[in-house]
Amino acid sequence: MILRGKAWKFGDSISTDHIAPGRYFHLRTNLPELAKHVLEDANTEFASKMSPGDFVVAGRNFGLGSSREHAPRIIKLAGVKAVLAQSFARIFFRNSINVGLPVLEIDTSGIEQGDELEIDLAAGTVRNVTRDQMLTFAPLPDVMVKILNDGGLVEHFRKYGDFNL
Amino acid sequence: MASTLSEKIIGAHLGRSVKPGEIVITGVDVTALQDGTGPLALQQLEDLGLVRAENPEKTILFIDHAAPSPRKELSNAHMSLRGFAAKTGAVLSEINEGVCHQRLVESYASPGDILIGADSHTCTSGALAAFSTGMGSTDVGIGIATGKTWLKVPETLRVEITGKFNRGVYAKDLILSLIGDISADGATYMALEFSGPGAEAMTMSERFTLANMAVEAGAKTGLFASDEKTRGWLLEQGREECFQELKADEGAEYARTVEIDAGTLEPTISAPHTVDNTKTIGEAAGTKVDQVFIGTCTNGRIEDLRIAADILRGRRRNKDTRLIVTPASRSVYIQAASEGLLEVFAEAGALVTGPGCGACVGVHGGILGDGEVCLATQNRNFQGRMGNAEAFIYLGSPATAAATAIAGEIADPREYLR
Ligand code: SF4
Repeated sequence: MILRGKAWKFGDSISTDHIAPGRYFHLRTNLPELAKHVLEDANTEFASKMSPGDFVVAGRNFGLGSSREHAPRIIKLAGVKAVLAQSFARIFFRNSINVGLPVLEIDTSGIEQGDELEIDLAAGTVRNVTRDQMLTFAPLPDVMVKILNDGGLVEHFRKYGDFNL
Repeated sequence: MASTLSEKIIGAHLGRSVKPGEIVITGVDVTALQDGTGPLALQQLEDLGLVRAENPEKTILFIDHAAPSPRKELSNAHMSLRGFAAKTGAVLSEINEGVCHQRLVESYASPGDILIGADSHTCTSGALAAFSTGMGSTDVGIGIATGKTWLKVPETLRVEITGKFNRGVYAKDLILSLIGDISADGATYMALEFSGPGAEAMTMSERFTLANMAVEAGAKTGLFASDEKTRGWLLEQGREECFQELKADEGAEYARTVEIDAGTLEPTISAPHTVDNTKTIGEAAGTKVDQVFIGTCTNGRIEDLRIAADILRGRRRNKDTRLIVTPASRSVYIQAASEGLLEVFAEAGALVTGPGCGACVGVHGGILGDGEVCLATQNRNFQGRMGNAEAFIYLGSPATAAATAIAGEIADPREYLR
C-alpha cells in the first residue's frame, strides 16, 4: 500500500506530554475531543491545520515519557497515516503498533515542513517527492508486522482469540 | 549459559534459557492499571468480550493520578475501574491508598515476578528484582484477561556503582546525573541493572528511586539483585515469604557497563524541559522558584520526608514560595504523622496533602501558572507536565527541595543540613 501526504516537521524529544497534555486528562475517555489537542504543546496549529493523510516527521526519541496509549491513538484518530522519526521511545513504539499506527525509524534530517512524501510500507521506502529523494527504513520485527497487519492488538485478538505471533 | 537478571527472570518463566533480542510469550504474575490508562484498557476488554482477570488477586486497579477526582469526567472514569473490580474480583486501590508504584512495592511485587503495568514508571518494582515494565492500556488489558504478554528479551546496560555519597548527596542526584551522562535515550529498549558495592550498600528506598527513573533513560526496567535488604523490606511489609535471592550470574554478558563513583557526585538538578538537561547545584542555584513539590513515586517515601523535615524543622518557607508535600502512600502518611513530620511541614508553611500522585502530572492540586517555576522531587519535567506548557520544572532531591523552599530560589542543600 502506498501512502501519500504532507510532512509536519517536529524536533527532538517530543514527549507524550506534548502529544496528549496532562491538562486534558479528563478527555482521555473522549478520544475524538482529545484528538483536537493532539501535539498541541509542540505546535499549536497542527491539530487545526493538518489534513487527514499527512505524516508526523520528527527527530530523536519521539514519544518519550508516559505509557499513555492515548498518544498514538489520537495521532491516528486525527488522520495521521504514519510517524517518521530518527528514533522512538520504547513504550510509544509498542503502543503505536498495538493501535495500528505505522511508526518508521528513518533518517528524517533531509525532510522539511510541507514536503510531499510517498511511503511504501511493504517495500520499506519513503520517496520525498518535493526533493526527489529516496529513503529506506528499517523493517519492523516480524511480531510487530503481524500485529500491525491485523490492525492492532485488539483486532489480532478478535481474529485469533489468543496471541498468534 | 550465564544470565543477566532479566534473562534469568524471563527464562525462569519459560523453563529454558533466553537470549537478548528473542521474542517470547510469557505468563505475567502481576498486572496493574491506573486511573489515567485503566478506562481505555477496560474499554478494549469490553470490546473483545474479555471482561475477566486471569489472576484477580494480582490485578490491581489504582485510583491515584486524580485522587480524589477533581471533575465529573474523571469521577466516571473511576467508576469504570470500580465496576471492573466488582465484576472480576480484581483489587481496587482507592483514593486514599497512594501512588501505584509505591503500593506495588509495598504489597504486590516480589523478586522473580514479571509485572506489567499501564504506567511508565512500573520499572520501580525492578528494585525488588522483579522484571517490571510499563506498557500501554491494550497490552496490559490483554495481560489482565489472559495472564500473558509478549516481550522482547532486552539487552542489559549495567550500572556499576562504587563509592559513598557525600553529605547532602542522595540517590536522586545519582540517577539524575546518570541520565544526564547517558541521555534520555541512552538505554532505549534495554534493561538497566544496578550493581557494585554502592548498589549493595543502598537502602531499599534509594533503590526504588533509582529503579523508578530507569524509564527516563529509555529503559524497559531497572533491576537490583535481591539480598538481605530486600528480605528486610518484605519482612517489614509482612510478606517475607515472597523473598527469594536472585542475582545475575558471574560472566553474564552486558551490552555496556557504565561506572559511577557516588563519592564524586554533587547535588544535581534537571533543568527544563528534559530530564537529561542536568546541572550541578552550583550551576542552577539562585533561580527564583514559585512552588516546591515534595512527593511522588520517585521521592515520596518516609526516608525522603525525613530528609526534608530535618532541613525544614523550625524554619519557614520563603514567603513567595509555595510548598506542597504529598506522601506517596497511606502507610508513608501514617508513619510520617506518627513521627511528627507532617507537623514539621505544616509549621514550615507547607500544604500537606493526602497520599497520591498529587501535583506531579498536572491534573489537580498544584497546577503552575504561566511563566512560573517549580522545583519538584518527581521524575520528569517535560513541557506541560504540571498542567501548563508555559511553566518551568526543575527536578531535584528532597533535600534540595527543602532548601529551595526556605531560600525561595534553587539552593544547595549542604548549606542547610544540620
Ligand atoms: S507520582 Fe507522578 S510519575 Fe509517579 S505514577 Fe504518579 S503521576 Fe506518574
